[in-house]
Amino acid sequence: MSSTSEVLADGTVHEKWIPLLEVAAQEVFELMLGCQLTSPDRASDSQPDITAMVGLAGQLCGVLSIRCDHKSAALMASKMLGIDVDQAGPEMCDAFGEVCNMVAGNFKNKVAGLDDGCMLSVPTVITGTEYDLHSPTETGRLEVKFLFEGLPLSISLQVNS
Amino acid sequence: MNSIRALIVDDSSVMRKIVERSLVQAGLELAAVFGAGNGAEALSVLGANQVDLILCDINMPVMDGLEFVKQLPAVANAKDVPVVMITTEGSEAHVVQALSAGARGYIRKPFTPDQVKEHVIPLLAVKG
Repeated sequence: MSSTSEVLADGTVHEKWIPLLEVAAQEVFELMLGCQLTSPDRASDSQPDITAMVGLAGQLCGVLSIRCDHKSAALMASKMLGIDVDQAGPEMCDAFGEVCNMVAGNFKNKVAGLDDGCMLSVPTVITGTEYDLHSPTETGRLEVKFLFEGLPLSISLQVNS
Repeated sequence: MNSIRALIVDDSSVMRKIVERSLVQAGLELAAVFGAGNGAEALSVLGANQVDLILCDINMPVMDGLEFVKQLPAVANAKDVPVVMITTEGSEAHVVQALSAGARGYIRKPFTPDQVKEHVIPLLAVKG
């Protein structure tokens, strides 16, 4: 019998997590922001300029990240805090990071055997477009794309073990 | 129901505001809301203030939510105050740990105001 760690390390398992990642994100946006994420009809040509990341460590190691533009992040803060988009500035990054944290937590709670054996880091938010993310041991990468209030949003899970 | 005094413990100031907003959306009238960034700060707040309800995250720096709940009985004016954990940690083991430590309720993020209401109102009603 395979251990949970061995099962989680199996790259073919990762593809099966895509629906879980989609549902995890949809639930966070529906329950905490009161809106639905929808599927984009076509690829977006807009350039995301803000990224929230949460690290996972334990039975699953990796990074869950959400990328969008500032307007989307400000809208998230506005919806979560009940304030005008114009007033969201100071808290935009914190709110965006919390969204990422909740998506990561909700996702790991949906993966069998992972909820107890995986810890989350505090969220990190990067602004700007000119950066590359390197990991020496990446074993898999999942990405799901949505529209949030008509604006593009991508969520990716980079698996390191 | 009379207005209540609540303590919200979370290392994210944004999340404290979200929890406060959810209490209002749940129909609670808040006479006062105190905030703390970790368990140690929360114990300090309770040393100087009386509250009716505590909502607490688990993963926090300095002193986490489980340790805070364990230490709460030592605070004379807070030992009977109901604590509801609000956290991304969703495993049954975490729920059992929190309830064993003394928490009276457990809400998983993401959550709705209705879920907050469902967990909090009975505790306040029992407290009278």
